[in-house]
Amino acid sequence: MRRLKRNWQPLLASTLTAISAAWLPLTQPGAPVPIQGMTIALLLLAAALNVILTLEDRGHAIRAGVLFIGAHIPAGMLLSGLDGNEGQMSASFFLMITASWLLAWGTVSELAQIEPRSSAARSFLRLLIPAIFGVWILILWEAVTRGAGIPFILLPPPSAIGARIAGSIATLWADVQQTIFKAVLFGYVVGCASGFAVAILADRFAFLRRGLIPIGNMVSALPIIGVAPIMVMWFGFDWQSKAAVVIIMTFFPMLVNTVAGLATAGTMERDLMRSYASDYWQTLIKLRLPAAMPFIFNALKINSTLALIGAIVAEFFGTPIVGMGFRISTEIGRMNVDMVWAEIAVAALIGSVFYGVVALVERATTFWHPSNRGG
Amino acid sequence: MSVTPPSVVSARKLGLTFQTGDGPVHALSNVDLEVRKGDFVSFIGPSGCGKTTFLRVIADLEKNTDGEITVNGMTPEEARKSRSYGYVFQAPALYPWRTIEKNVALPLEIMGHSAAERAKRIERTLDLVNLSGFGKKYPWQLSGGMQQRASIARALAFDADLLLMDEPFGALDEIVRDHLNAQLLKLWARTEKTICFVTHSIPEAVYLSTRIVVMSPRPGRVTDVIESTLPKERPLEIRETPEFLEIAHRVREGLRAGHSYEE
Repeated sequence: MRRLKRNWQPLLASTLTAISAAWLPLTQPGAPVPIQGMTIALLLLAAALNVILTLEDRGHAIRAGVLFIGAHIPAGMLLSGLDGNEGQMSASFFLMITASWLLAWGTVSELAQIEPRSSAARSFLRLLIPAIFGVWILILWEAVTRGAGIPFILLPPPSAIGARIAGSIATLWADVQQTIFKAVLFGYVVGCASGFAVAILADRFAFLRRGLIPIGNMVSALPIIGVAPIMVMWFGFDWQSKAAVVIIMTFFPMLVNTVAGLATAGTMERDLMRSYASDYWQTLIKLRLPAAMPFIFNALKINSTLALIGAIVAEFFGTPIVGMGFRISTEIGRMNVDMVWAEIAVAALIGSVFYGVVALVERATTFWHPSNRGG
Repeated sequence: MSVTPPSVVSARKLGLTFQTGDGPVHALSNVDLEVRKGDFVSFIGPSGCGKTTFLRVIADLEKNTDGEITVNGMTPEEARKSRSYGYVFQAPALYPWRTIEKNVALPLEIMGHSAAERAKRIERTLDLVNLSGFGKKYPWQLSGGMQQRASIARALAFDADLLLMDEPFGALDEIVRDHLNAQLLKLWARTEKTICFVTHSIPEAVYLSTRIVVMSPRPGRVTDVIESTLPKERPLEIRETPEFLEIAHRVREGLRAGHSYEE
């Protein structure tokens, strides 16, 4: 039973390979480029399976390595066999892809059980496992869209999106400069800074705290993106109106979180400051702000995604002829979905980097917090 | 005896009433007490007897509603503003984002000491509580007893003559507590500070104090003040001597007397 549990992916994969071998060819009748090299893939896959089954009780690393090769060489050959045969692949092809995917699954589950001693190996594994995962999303996406001939306009294959990105670097870069470096960064910095400053004022003056914070709570629940057209009317078509939207979107989360954070310092810690006859600003800087840091970083992380959404969507409402939101809205109108996906991919990459940088700074700043210790 | 040392804390008819939803609560009522320079005074009593409240009134963390109190001849507020006491809480209350030495430096930073002066005092106070070499650690990397010692170092760093300690060892186990009690006595002898010490442990109070103030609840009041006859030099074994047991007996009697009307 344990054996079966450990080997079910390769076992199922070999079964599927056997079925698909009985169901050849890989292409439907009448495909323009019938596949010859596929027999090699089949052989390799079968051979890899044999090796794995004989490796039975080896360590996780060896099994993972064999499974990795057994999954990715056939997958690569299968994908290269797609050229010229779009929409002409048979059930046998999809069974083979499924078999390779099962082997990749096996790879990841073996890798996940490795407990490396050195920290370099640990961080390598931490990157490798999600990388294999991500690559297989792309492989399956590619195989299904091209193999089954899904219309380009519904879902272009990742290879086409990649080619579009590579071919439009200049345009994408101009869009990134307009949207990210102008609207998002400016709006994010100003929005977060002013939210923070108002939070300090609200903390200092009771009338602001009692009057503004409830409104802040309410406004931060509103879909603020709705004000985008108004901002375009006020501040014009260029990036300033987008920055204004970003400022409004990021202001309230920062305000609400900072005010909540400033209230987290314990009474004993405050009494301690009082016993030193510490003044308001000393207590703020030495106790309450450090204690509020986890809240403030929470707002910075929420705002990093909000800022990106705000700037891109705001560009739908009027913009000069550059910008990520502009590009998305015009290219979808011209049915250039690959360009839309290219912008989405770039936005996803920048969003992750943005979030990642904030998260890294957070780890360095709030290392003392129980949720960050030990790790 | 020679001349009486000057008074550090002087309370006359001191009272404090909290107004709560269930009506007034008399946390302290009619407390008369004199703490003299160099005294080690323990406050003992069941919870709700106002011993912590009394300490907080001295520290100007609460305001008395009746009577008078002076600290170093000033009102508690003036005394707090002239930084005349160090306060040690029930929990270490060290700031987790600061290393031990930075925690000790906290009051010094607030009071505007120079960096060189801070370094000197950090070294001296950490040595006083036997934490030399732990300055670069973070509080959460140390044991509970070490953390509490660091918080005592923090209270000593700015050389206030009065040390207010609110059940500082209450959360620690018996063995660590014995050890810290002995260390505290040594520290008291070396620094000649005046110490007000809140506890609910009879042996702790008897072992440490020159005077023991027995308190009882509802309303919080002083029922007995016991002068210790123990010598100033006290090894831990003193706790098995008849003299020690005699004082402990008196404290227990005092506590029982304050309690008797309850059951």
